[in-house]
Amino acid sequence: MRRLRIFTAITATSALLFAGCGTADPQSVTPAPGGSGGALTPIKLQLQWFYQAQFAGYIAAVDQGFYKEQGLDVQLLEGGVDIVPQTVLAQGKADYAVAWVPKALASREQGAGITDVGQIFGRSGTYQVAWKDSGITKAADLKGKKVGNWGFGNEYELFAGMTKAGIDPSKDVTLVQQQFDMQALLKKEIDAAQAMSYNEYAQLLEAKNPATGKLYTADDFSIIDWKAEGSSMLQDAVWANTEKLNDPGYQQQTVKFLVGTIKGWAFCRDNAEKCRDLVVAKGSKLGKSHQLWQMNEVNKLIWPATGGIGVIDDANWKQTVDISLTTKNQTGDTVLKKAPEGLAFTNDYINQAITAAKGAGIDVNGAGFQAAPVTLTEGGS
Amino acid sequence: MRRALYVLIGVAVCAVLWEGYKLVGSPDGAVLLGVRVLPRADDLSMPHLWTVVERLGRPELTGGRPVWIVVVNACLFTLGITAAGFAIGALVGLVLAALMQRFRIVERGLLPYVILSQTVPLVALAPLVAGWNVLWPGWMTVALIAAYLAFFPVAVGMLRGLQSPAPAGVELMRSYASGWWRTLVKLRFPASLPYLFPALRLAGAAAVVGAVVGEISTGTRGGIGRLIIEYSREATSDPAKVYTAMLGAALLGLLVAGLVSLLELPLMRHRRHVEVVTL
Repeated sequence: MRRLRIFTAITATSALLFAGCGTADPQSVTPAPGGSGGALTPIKLQLQWFYQAQFAGYIAAVDQGFYKEQGLDVQLLEGGVDIVPQTVLAQGKADYAVAWVPKALASREQGAGITDVGQIFGRSGTYQVAWKDSGITKAADLKGKKVGNWGFGNEYELFAGMTKAGIDPSKDVTLVQQQFDMQALLKKEIDAAQAMSYNEYAQLLEAKNPATGKLYTADDFSIIDWKAEGSSMLQDAVWANTEKLNDPGYQQQTVKFLVGTIKGWAFCRDNAEKCRDLVVAKGSKLGKSHQLWQMNEVNKLIWPATGGIGVIDDANWKQTVDISLTTKNQTGDTVLKKAPEGLAFTNDYINQAITAAKGAGIDVNGAGFQAAPVTLTEGGS
Repeated sequence: MRRALYVLIGVAVCAVLWEGYKLVGSPDGAVLLGVRVLPRADDLSMPHLWTVVERLGRPELTGGRPVWIVVVNACLFTLGITAAGFAIGALVGLVLAALMQRFRIVERGLLPYVILSQTVPLVALAPLVAGWNVLWPGWMTVALIAAYLAFFPVAVGMLRGLQSPAPAGVELMRSYASGWWRTLVKLRFPASLPYLFPALRLAGAAAVVGAVVGEISTGTRGGIGRLIIEYSREATSDPAKVYTAMLGAALLGLLVAGLVSLLELPLMRHRRHVEVVTL
């Protein structure tokens, strides 16, 4: 009798176990980038977050076969809350990573051997958003206000902007740690909220104004754009492993990877809606209109690219490094303690890639790029 | 029958509390000396229950599947991870407990580390484990995190259980000249059952937490943890959506607790229940 009972228990446990194995299938299917032909080099690219239009160029390059043309089989790795792309790259768990320049430089200082080989986003997309009726239109207006910021190294453009405008961030404003949604601004708990042009700002415009029953519009808000305030820092860039860059094989592969990447982003410039669909098909939980907005805003951060997409502009790089060295956040920390040593960035590979892309008839400057207007719907769906 | 009634009453009380607070609470909540003591009762912070239920029925995205199907699928995925993590954790816990019971020196040496293991924050652990998934599919990483949380109550509870037989019983077994293994199977293991099952229930709950947090931390796609973080990003414009995912996670926890207590039904019918203090 007892034996029978123990048997029942074992059966129940193994049933639980099998349930565990059974659900594994959908997961293992997702990252496979479609059928691959013979001698493709497998490459892993670590993204900063879940699939969204911020990474549309890479997604399109995989989907449209731009990497495959270069002989690469690129697998995109989604980010997560605790996944730090530059660390993943430095540990050799990925071949390339997408990361913001200041954060990646901070990781470099702590010993991560990585190099910026392609500054895909030439401009910063960070805003500080306030209610229009608050009268806040520039950094200097933040004095005496409750200012939301994300912290975790996402706050330095704001702090540099305030410092530049003569505000002491530790005394003249009330700093509020902000969640990754915009509810605090909507509820007027804070006067100005940090927002990415391609994400959080759109969320504001997708929310319903309880007073009117309609969506908020751009007229309800005013924006402090750190590009205009001169405190913007470089964001999404492709980082490579510095040590491996000594290997001619990896050098070549880097150029090829960048050629595919350039083609992907050029494709998304010219086919924003198609790229939106590709991102949605990747299983993004953000709605279609939100993704199109994001695609459009991201395109604005890249195009027009006067020096060619991905080429690191010395002045922008210097500004980013200077702010990283001098601006203190509320705890008195700077991003960097000393100027980056070694090969922090190089234009060698992106220039080769641009030449190759031009040869293939790709417009690498997008001089005539015009952002299309996007109508957001409630909830972005 | 009566139990089902109590459950229903419990749910109803929660619903009444939620809606009641919305009715009487200030939309701006209450702030005392700069510290929020009462939450805001506006629709953005606390959507009406019927809004959440209605949101469950509407498509996740235009033309997509209804939210409830997405949530149920995500819960099933996480249930699988939880089950794997629970099984691994329980097994490791049992083996550790048996080792610690058998060798005093192992207990002295290992027990502090077993306790120490639970003070390592998951956020530090998750990125570390995340890199190992070259060896196995991504969900297994999350299952390991779940197992890491689940083994602890089993190891500690089971050790207490294995040590629970009275000295008279142990001496009796010795007088029969039975060895350690026989004593374990015939005396210690049956005696430990009342300690094991509460420990397993704790392990089940820990495995759910581990799976959900692990998914969030590593960004593993498919489960309810990932869904919570994805929906919470839309909290600005669609506040009811994130509650649907949280509801799913809560139901998943209840389901796992129920499944674990099913395990004990055939074994515990004639035994006394004891409260287990795990630390």
